[in-house]
Amino acid sequence: MPFIAATRSLGRAGLFSLSVLRASKPSLDLFRELVREIYKIGARSLPIIAVGGAFVGLSVTLLGYRALDTYGAANQVSAMLGLGLYRELGPVLTALLFIGRAGSSIAAELGLMRATDQITALGLMAIDPVGKAVAPRFWAAVLCVPLLTAFFCSLAICASYFESVHVIGLEAGTFWQVLKDSVDFYDDFLMAFVKSAVFGATAALVAAYVGYHAEPTIEGTSVATTRAVVNASLLVLMFNFVMSAFLFK
Amino acid sequence: MTTESPIVRLTDLRLDRGGRSVLSGINLSVPRGAIVAVLGPSGSGKSTLLSALTGELAPAAGRVEVFGREVPRRSRELLELRKGIGVLLQGNGLLTDLTAAENVALPLRAHTRLPNPLIRRLVLMKLHAVGLGAAADVFPRELSGGMARRVALARALALDPPLMIYDEPLTGLDPIASGVVMSLVRRLNDTLGLTSIVVTHHVHETLPVADHAIVIANGGIVFSGTPAELERSDDPLVRQFLRGEPDGPIGFDAAPRQSEVA
Repeated sequence: MPFIAATRSLGRAGLFSLSVLRASKPSLDLFRELVREIYKIGARSLPIIAVGGAFVGLSVTLLGYRALDTYGAANQVSAMLGLGLYRELGPVLTALLFIGRAGSSIAAELGLMRATDQITALGLMAIDPVGKAVAPRFWAAVLCVPLLTAFFCSLAICASYFESVHVIGLEAGTFWQVLKDSVDFYDDFLMAFVKSAVFGATAALVAAYVGYHAEPTIEGTSVATTRAVVNASLLVLMFNFVMSAFLFK
Repeated sequence: MTTESPIVRLTDLRLDRGGRSVLSGINLSVPRGAIVAVLGPSGSGKSTLLSALTGELAPAAGRVEVFGREVPRRSRELLELRKGIGVLLQGNGLLTDLTAAENVALPLRAHTRLPNPLIRRLVLMKLHAVGLGAAADVFPRELSGGMARRVALARALALDPPLMIYDEPLTGLDPIASGVVMSLVRRLNDTLGLTSIVVTHHVHETLPVADHAIVIANGGIVFSGTPAELERSDDPLVRQFLRGEPDGPIGFDAAPRQSEVA
């Protein structure tokens, strides 16, 4: 029965998430692994986040200018960009890019660790495989995605400024003033960080769950990688709607 | 062999996988200090037996006792038990993003509070013991199959476990590497005072170093005795296995494993 299977799977995923939290005892070893994972999944994601952010900034500016200019409100383009970025586009697109770049690698790495007996070996050495292999990746994602979102938004705003001021010809002072007036520090800026942390946790847990439980074969790893990207992306989009509905008035 | 209580005792053991009985009626005592070879054709249940010894698989019936007490089901107690068992896996299980030395240091860092310089010295001692003192800072992908197996052996020995279990230690190794690994098994067993269980189908490389041999086939133990008795056995099943004959009581076509069926 698909419903029973889905419920069972959901229950397993919940227990897995709890085991990740339980295995996250602060220790020097966890800290060392965390630094390594932050570099692997955070720092190495910077180039695609930068490129993605810049092009999103350019596209939104172009779209906003065309729409707002019809009503003689072209100066408000940075307001539209700022609200759109911090409330929706920044956290969601960063999370989706992160899932494609780092979520897939988390699933593939854990799947290969399963296929090559590394997870079994950890268990047989009386080392909790979840604590050693999953917890550092989870916390690295929770810490990195908000920072990557900030980077994404910064690059988008810089690209938008360049286009608005140097290509379209809007006033530089107006661009910054309208942006500053429309974006609230707590309601928009900080909420973007909260959303991003939730999306980072979701992406890492989904990727780790499917990778950790992958069939111990090459095909199993490939299936887990695909499933991680698809499931995590859909969950991020769903959570984004739910959080937007509750967080933003 | 000594007369002390056995380090491993299996009593009327039955092991199931995927709702199917793999082994039944298993009785075995492993004396301290001995090397016991668990032989049998592929798919006979040797690795399933190993899973029961390490607590990965619960018995469907019977008892598994290690170090004089039943293998616990609770995870905390099981982890404690596993600190006393070194396991060399068929696939080595070396963490690919760590060097050989970091792999060997893994159990020491996890289970001891020794300072880093002492851990480094212990790791180098273990690597020297398996003849790989110069390969400490090499990653597993840069090692040959035999060298990787020896690094995994050094890691299994890191906590000085009284019991070593080798799961197919010779798979994928050339004859020279096989000889090196098996002589290491004997030497380490004698010098460190270990007890070793070698699960393998490589009969001719294993029997010269073993004190006792059991043969598993058709869901149970079909022979138990010394290697010399095994060589002399006229049991048709044992003869077929030792000589590698295609025809005999051991069927060539085995049922697929549960995971392969699914």
